[in-house]
Amino acid sequence: MTTNTTETKTHAVNLSALGREQRTNNLDDETTCISTDNLNLYYGEKQALKNVNLSIPDKKVSAFIGPSGCGKSTLLRCFNRMNDLVDGCRIEGGINIDGSNIYDKNVDVSELRRRVGMVFQKPNPFPKTIYENVAYGLRLQGVKSRRTIDEVVEKSLRGAALWDEVKDRLHESALGMSGGQQQRLVIARAIAIEPEVLLLDEPASALDPISTLKIEELISELKDRYTIVIVTHNMQQAARVSDYTAFMYMGEMIEFGDTDTIFTNPSKKQTEDYITGRYG
Amino acid sequence: MIKKWFKSGDPWIWLNAAAVSASLIIVLGLLALIAVKGLSHFWPKSVMQAQYLQATATDSNPASMRIIGELHNDEEVTIEALKGMGVHIETDSLTATRLLIKTGNRDVSGADFKWMLQPYLKDEQYPEEIVVLERREWGNFYGYLKSVKSNNNTVALADTAWQELGQRLERAEHIYEQIRDIEKGAIGRINYKMEKIRLNKRRLELDKEDTPENIQKLDLERKQLEKEYAVLEKDLTKLYTQIKRDSITAETMSGKIIEIPVSKIVRAYQPNALNIFQKIGLYFAKIWEFVADEPREANTEGGIFPAIFGTVMMVLLMSVLVTPFGVIAAVYLREYAKQGAVTRIIRIAVNNLAGVPSIVYGVFGLGFFVYFLGGNLDQLFYPEALPSPTFGTPGIMWSALTLAILTVPVVIVATEEGLSRIPRAIREGSLALGATKAETLWRTILPMATPAMMTGMILAIARAAGEVAPLMLVGVVKLAPSLPLDMNAPFFHLERKFMHLGFHIYDVGFQSPNVEAARPLVYATAFLLIAVIVLLNLSAIYIRNRLREQYRSLET
Repeated sequence: MTTNTTETKTHAVNLSALGREQRTNNLDDETTCISTDNLNLYYGEKQALKNVNLSIPDKKVSAFIGPSGCGKSTLLRCFNRMNDLVDGCRIEGGINIDGSNIYDKNVDVSELRRRVGMVFQKPNPFPKTIYENVAYGLRLQGVKSRRTIDEVVEKSLRGAALWDEVKDRLHESALGMSGGQQQRLVIARAIAIEPEVLLLDEPASALDPISTLKIEELISELKDRYTIVIVTHNMQQAARVSDYTAFMYMGEMIEFGDTDTIFTNPSKKQTEDYITGRYG
Repeated sequence: MIKKWFKSGDPWIWLNAAAVSASLIIVLGLLALIAVKGLSHFWPKSVMQAQYLQATATDSNPASMRIIGELHNDEEVTIEALKGMGVHIETDSLTATRLLIKTGNRDVSGADFKWMLQPYLKDEQYPEEIVVLERREWGNFYGYLKSVKSNNNTVALADTAWQELGQRLERAEHIYEQIRDIEKGAIGRINYKMEKIRLNKRRLELDKEDTPENIQKLDLERKQLEKEYAVLEKDLTKLYTQIKRDSITAETMSGKIIEIPVSKIVRAYQPNALNIFQKIGLYFAKIWEFVADEPREANTEGGIFPAIFGTVMMVLLMSVLVTPFGVIAAVYLREYAKQGAVTRIIRIAVNNLAGVPSIVYGVFGLGFFVYFLGGNLDQLFYPEALPSPTFGTPGIMWSALTLAILTVPVVIVATEEGLSRIPRAIREGSLALGATKAETLWRTILPMATPAMMTGMILAIARAAGEVAPLMLVGVVKLAPSLPLDMNAPFFHLERKFMHLGFHIYDVGFQSPNVEAARPLVYATAFLLIAVIVLLNLSAIYIRNRLREQYRSLET
C-alpha cells in the first residue's frame, strides 16, 4: 500500500515502526462473543458473503480488512441486523452472539441493536443538541429521570473523550461540532446505552489525521469494556488498534487470527499479497 | 462575429433576463394598478360646485342648474357621437370631454352619478361650506347645511350649525353603538338560546321523552329569557327615542331643502375646508372603516370585515384539516408502503388530482359533503331542526374540507420530497440505537421533515386563499348575518355560511346595483385579498424558516 511495495518480502505495515508493543494473542484462549456459522448472504441474485465462519473474541478489538466490495461492511452489518433494512437481502446460516442466534424469529431487533451498538463511516449526529444526542438511546428506553440522564450523558461523553471540549455547550446543536467531535459524539451516543458489542464501520475514514488519532486512542480505551469490531481500509490503523485481524476477499473470509501474525506471517497467499500491496 | 456571440451563450442570458424583467413588470404593474385604484378611493376628494348650462333643455335636464359633487372620472367623446345623441356643441375640436360626477343624494335625484359635458360647465368653485354626509341609507349627501333641529325645534342655524352637528353626531354615534351592542350582543344571545330551547323541546318530542317535567323545565328557562328580553326591549325603545331626537335640514344642489335624521349619518365633513393633515386623518379613518366594519347598502358602502374574517378563518381551518391528512398520507406512501406499481399509480393519481379544475371539487363537495355527509349528520345528530338543515347546507366547514381535498396533493408531494431528502445515515443512526421504525419516525424523521411540511402548507394556503369557484357551491354567501366565530357557546359555528373576499369582489363588481360606486371597492377588495394572502404566506414562511434554521447544516 504505502511503503516498500517493491520489496517482495518486506511488509507494507511495519509493526514495530508503529510503536505497537509486541504481543501475541491466541484465538483459542479467548472466550467467543460473536460467532458465525456458514453465513451466506445474498443481495437479490448476487452473493455477497460466502460461507463465512468466524469467532470474534470477547472484549478485544477485531479488525476486518480487505479490498473495497469484499463484504467487510456487509458482514459487520449482519451483527446488528442492519441488513434487514436492505430490500432483497437474504441470509443463510446463523450468527450467535453470547450463544443465542440473533436471526431467530423470536429475537427483538430493537433489543439486539441496543446490545450491539454501531458507529458509521460518516458522522451522523441527529439535528438536536449535544445533550439530546447522547440521551437519545436512554429516552428510547423510557428513562425519565433527569438525574440519571445527566449522569449517563456526562459519563458517556467522558468515555468518548469529549467531555472537556463540550461541557460548556451541551445544549447547543450537535451540528456545529467538527467532524472528529461529531464522530466521538456518535460513539458517546452508542456507549450511553451500554452495549456489549461496538461495531465501527470505517469510523475514521472521513476524518483528518488528528481526529483519526483521537478515535484510535479512544478505541484502545474502550476495548476493556466492549467487544469491538472495526472495519477499516487503512491497514496501519488495523495494525495499530486491533488484537485480531480478519482478511476478507470477494465475500470470503480468507484468514482470521492474531494481528501480529496476520501482518508478519500470514498463512494464506492472498493475505500476503494484499498486505504487501500487490492488489487492493 | 455574430456566430461567436451566439456561441458564447450571451443571447440566451439576455433573453432570460428580458423574460424575468417582463414578468416582474407585469406583476408589479398589476399590484400598483390595484393599489392605486383601490387606495385612492378613500382619499377625501374636494367637492366642486358649478353651473351647468346646456344648449338644449329637457324636463329632466333644465337649461341651467347648479351641480355639487365629486369629480370621479373623465373620458373623451367625439362630437359626432354626441350629435347622434342629439347634443350639439359649438367647438372646433373633434372631441369633447365628458365628466363623471358623483352628485350623491340618491334619495332626491335617484342616481348617485351624472355624466356631464365639460364645455357646459361654468363658474367652477370650491366653497368651504359644502358638507358631505355619509349616511346609512341612500348613499352620500352633498350640499349645504342649513339648520340643526332637536325635537323639531331649531337649535342652530347656518354658521353655528356645523359645530352643533359635530356634537350631536357624536352623541348619536354613541347611542347607536349601544343599540348595536344590545341588538347584536345581548338580544342575539337570547335569540340563540331561545332557538336552542325550541330545538331541545323538539328533540324531547322526537325521543318521546317529552314528560311534563322536562317540558316545564324548558318553559321555565324560556320564561326567564323572555323576561330578560323584555327588559332589553324596554332599554332599546328608550334608546331609539333618544337617537331620533336630532335631525338636520340641508340644501341640495337643486335648492331643495331636505331633512335628515342625525341617527342616519355615519360621518360628516367639509372636504374643501380640510387641511392636508385632516385629510390624511380622514383617509386613514376611512380605510380603517373599510377593514374593520360591516358592509352597508348591498355591500357598496361600509367595510368588509366579515369577508376578511371569513377568508382567514376558512383558510386556517383548511390548513388544520389538510396538513395532518397530507402528512399521514405522505408518511405512509414513503415510509411504509411497499414501493411498486400500486404506489406509482397512487402517486400519479395524486398528481393528477392537483390538475382537476377547482369547480369540479365544488360540485363534488356539494354532492358528497353537503348533501350526503351533511344530510346524514343532520339525520343522526340534528333531527330536531329538520326539515331545515343544519350541516346539510353549504357552510364554512364544507368549504374548508372541499379546499382541503383540492390542496392535499400539494402537501403530499412536498412532504414526500422532504422525507426523501433526509439522509439515510440519520435513520440508520437511530435504528442502530435500538429505536423501532415508528420511534425513528416520530423522534427524528418527522421533526426534520417539518420544514417540508410547512412548505406544503404554504403552497396549499396560497392555492386555497385564491379559490372562489368551488366556494360558491359549498358555503360562500354575499351577506352573512353572523360570523362563524362568536361568543355563543360552542363559539365555533362551522355549519354557518360565510363571506369571502374573492366572492365579495365578484359580488360587488358584477352583482351590484350601483356599478360606479362599487368599482373602486372592487380594486380595494382585490388589494386587501392580496394583502391577506401575502400575510398568511409570510407568516407561514417565517415559521418554516425558523424551523429550517435548526437543520440547515444538514442540508448542505
